[in-house]
Amino acid sequence: MQAVFEKLKARFGEDGFQLATGPGDPFVRVPVERLRDVVAMLRDDCDLKFDQVLIVTGVDYSDRIDVVYHLRSYAHRATAVLKVSVPRDGGVVPSICDLHPAANWHERETFDMLGVRFEGHPNLRRILLPEDWDGHPLRKDYQQPQQYHGISNQ
Amino acid sequence: MADRNSLAPEAPLGARPGEIIDLNKIIDEWVRQREGTRRQIRRAIRERNLSQLREQIKADGLDTQVAIAPIRALDWIFNQSRMHSLWPLTFGLACCAIEMMAAGAPKYDLDRFGMGAFRATPRQADVMIVAGTVTYKMAPRLVRLYKQMPDPKYVIAMGACAMGGGPYCKYGYNVVKGVDKLVPVDVHIPGCPPRPEALIDGLMKLQDKISRESIWGLWKEKTRRLFGRPSKAETA
Repeated sequence: MQAVFEKLKARFGEDGFQLATGPGDPFVRVPVERLRDVVAMLRDDCDLKFDQVLIVTGVDYSDRIDVVYHLRSYAHRATAVLKVSVPRDGGVVPSICDLHPAANWHERETFDMLGVRFEGHPNLRRILLPEDWDGHPLRKDYQQPQQYHGISNQ
Repeated sequence: MADRNSLAPEAPLGARPGEIIDLNKIIDEWVRQREGTRRQIRRAIRERNLSQLREQIKADGLDTQVAIAPIRALDWIFNQSRMHSLWPLTFGLACCAIEMMAAGAPKYDLDRFGMGAFRATPRQADVMIVAGTVTYKMAPRLVRLYKQMPDPKYVIAMGACAMGGGPYCKYGYNVVKGVDKLVPVDVHIPGCPPRPEALIDGLMKLQDKISRESIWGLWKEKTRRLFGRPSKAETA
């Protein structure tokens, strides 16, 4: 992860990039507007070759939502973790579907569960819940519905 | 248990010929008014129907025993043939389906009881084994499949999820808390998931249930259940 961070610093400068270490996987915090450049760079750089998306998901921290990207490099047997922060209301993240087609459904799931919009996604609909579902269940302030189409939840 | 005849409501018998009755509503009313479970009252209605038939036969000047005998014989033939060729609908929703497959496979071999012919279409199925978690997204599909099955039809709720939501009961925002909220259930099989032996036991309980049915009362009753035809009052 350190090597990835050095590369990113050399390429994009220090602004907004931040390496976090501690318990769990170390990760790099990336500014939202540079996300696509960073993912493309990590994919295309021959020293890194992070050419696979393991998972795209999100975490609700009550004051913000973090979208988490796990990228895998088969060539170098390494995993990189990126995080971007967006506001809870109307958070928008650029989609990486065209760079990594595998991210398509992951981004739909993140939208479904947390309500983060992915700009440029070709088909941003709910993937798990029904189309007419109300709310996003993985948000901290989510309330269970009392009933759905007349089926009570008690 | 109270006397059976005193439990049976009058209304289904007092109905005009050809009138469609919502039996469930009547039974609900009777459960409120008198002590007795739904099952006792259903049985009482069946008995009452038979005794009414007996009186009718007596009024026509026929010997009751002789006239009833063919119906009993027919019941026996119908019930034996139906209970030993229960075709289940292939309807696996979660891990319970794995146990259901195991029950159908050679080691447990549902075919010994005539239940091994899993049908891929509800049009040919007699019993729907709801094996697994039913989500709200799945609920309309489940009801639709149930409606597509021909009468007489049965439902088995297999496992904790189908019985009452299982481990998702409290915090599962998208899980139906029991499939009996959607369709009438005949047999509940507890377990998480139930072993194949338990599933076979449940199916044999259903066989027992079928063996006690009579073509006189129950078939009429089945078709009038909540998900059957709407009553005349609703269509008008």
